[in-house]
Amino acid sequence: MLSVEAIEKIEYELTKYPIDQRQAAVMSALRIVQTERGWLSQESISEVAAYLGIPDIAALEVATFYNMYDTEPVGKYKITVCTNISCMLRDSDSIVHHLQEKLGIGFNEITADGQFCLKEGECMGACGGAPLMSVNNATMHENLTTDRVDEILKELK
Amino acid sequence: MATSKTTTSKMTAPVMTDLKGQTLVTLQTLKEKNPASLATYEKLGGYQQLKRLVTDKVKAIEVINEVKVSGLRGRGGAGFPTGLKWSFMPRYFDGTKYLVCNTDEGEPGTFKDRDIIRYNPHQLIEGMAIAAYTLGAGVGYNYIHGEIWREYEIFEEALAEARAAGYIGKNLFGTNFSFELYAVHGYGAYICGEETALIESIEGKKGQPRFKPPFPASYGVFGKPTNVNNTESYTSIPWILQYGGQAFADLGVAGSGGSKLFSVSGHVEKPGNYEVNMGMPFAELLEMAGGIWKGRKLKAVIPGGPSTAVMPAEAILGATMDYNGLSKAGSSLGAGSMIVMDETTCMVKTLKRLSYFFYEESCGQCTPCREGTGWVYRVIKRITDGNGKMEDLDLLTDVSNNISGRTICALGDAAATPVLSFIKHFRPEFEYYIQHGKSMVDGK
Ligand SMILES: Cc1cc2nc3c(=O)[nH]c(=O)nc-3n(C[C@H](O)[C@H](O)[C@H](O)COP(=O)(O)O)c2cc1C
Ligand code: SF4
Ligand code: FES
Repeated sequence: MLSVEAIEKIEYELTKYPIDQRQAAVMSALRIVQTERGWLSQESISEVAAYLGIPDIAALEVATFYNMYDTEPVGKYKITVCTNISCMLRDSDSIVHHLQEKLGIGFNEITADGQFCLKEGECMGACGGAPLMSVNNATMHENLTTDRVDEILKELK
Repeated sequence: MATSKTTTSKMTAPVMTDLKGQTLVTLQTLKEKNPASLATYEKLGGYQQLKRLVTDKVKAIEVINEVKVSGLRGRGGAGFPTGLKWSFMPRYFDGTKYLVCNTDEGEPGTFKDRDIIRYNPHQLIEGMAIAAYTLGAGVGYNYIHGEIWREYEIFEEALAEARAAGYIGKNLFGTNFSFELYAVHGYGAYICGEETALIESIEGKKGQPRFKPPFPASYGVFGKPTNVNNTESYTSIPWILQYGGQAFADLGVAGSGGSKLFSVSGHVEKPGNYEVNMGMPFAELLEMAGGIWKGRKLKAVIPGGPSTAVMPAEAILGATMDYNGLSKAGSSLGAGSMIVMDETTCMVKTLKRLSYFFYEESCGQCTPCREGTGWVYRVIKRITDGNGKMEDLDLLTDVSNNISGRTICALGDAAATPVLSFIKHFRPEFEYYIQHGKSMVDGK
């Protein structure tokens, strides 16, 4: 069942659209549920679809089309490093290697304690602060150095 | 997945180019203490143009003419004249017309709209409200790139402020003009920057571009007439009405009115956003950005994001930063996303990363784009894996030419441009890689 908080937030999103366009809120509804539960299971996706009164497949298509939805578990902290051109030019590779070594995982893997997951990202529209990474789709860390990465990991633990 | 509590790291702030003789238009609030606040914007004359148009019932045609005089061209990349676009919206329509702002910037190297929202959200809101008044739109959406969550929150906060102050909402300034504006958050799909994919996404669907025609002006959000502009385009509007279209045009050069935000990234000492007058020589802009980092030499620049052709140092060094200047020099202005590469950059590996991006982000609707982008990526990967053949270069050119012009949306052309221009200008590097199985530049 969707939590009271989630429903409240989804209802707010629904106010942005005409009453007969409930599907329009599916992107934000999925985001809200994912943020609360960590990832989107088939069941979560169906609950969102049911709440909006749209077919399951309509919600599933959205959840699988957009990169930031996670239809598999991602651990407590999902770290996404941008490796696109502007970040690559400022050595995002060294950040990736450092993270992989420190955490002992590759891309799309989760640490044994379930704390961290590493993802390769596309341009985040923040290339002036390259190299950079985002945590749980919400917190952007820019102008990274390996030392700064260590600090951030420590703060997250 | 708990939301992390750490503070964001040091952010790269836009540079105060007014101190270097430039006119700040879309980032004019930077000169003030709390740039993003409503009070700051009001102090600079904010929302007065909206109020004037609405209370004096200024005719739409007058506003459109002023925008035409300004020479403003769409800042989202295609450079379509904004005044002309506005004149396409049907005047009379029985029902709600929509206004959409495209803040989905996901073209690698583009990060200007993020700074507009961070530092001057109210000017964007006023620009949209003015457009809504002019075009008779009752509802607007600002679609914000998924990865910039904090900016989405900032914009929601600014909307609440504007609503409370009576700048958006019902019966504005006691008239019968109403305009509701909402923030919408993307969730990671470059293709949603394409305006019809973005409209699909607002409707809660996969971001797959629509066939055009019909264009959004006749069939947009929820099938209703819709005007789509980029964030920087809307944000220029209040300034144009406050100081006059001619004043805006005069900032720039023929064919390119106004100032422009250039996102400078890559191998420069001071990456960031630079708002400068159109027509500035590239060399001057590079100098503002601190020059090439580590005392190295310039090798190449992608002047407007990867969908614009890469330019070797010789070509860009003599160019000016405006629509005509860059097209004369063999590329285009795009969204003003300057990606700077120094002499240590391997062009083969760089192209591989760009090709992967287009392959990943193709929405898959058109066969030439879906298959072609994957094919291109695999061939370049084969080269960097040391298994390339000389024929591969012609193959890459052929495949790219076959994507170009044969697709529903411009992502297909965008994907072909880097391949064609990288091979054209840096062919010896590709040949070396094929012959030696390693990079001519870094030997790896
Ligand atoms: C693949 C692709 C990506 C695009 N991305 C963006 C974008 O991130 N932001 C943007 O404003 N326009 C983008 N555009 C252009 C839009 O389709 C549209 O032309 C623009 O938003 C119109 O606004 P303007 O006339 O003010 O530039 C993109 C186009 C394509 C084909
Ligand atoms: S060109 Fe590519 S991205 Fe555009 S509609 Fe066709 S398949 Fe999708
Ligand atoms: S290329 Fe990394 S944020 Fe744009």
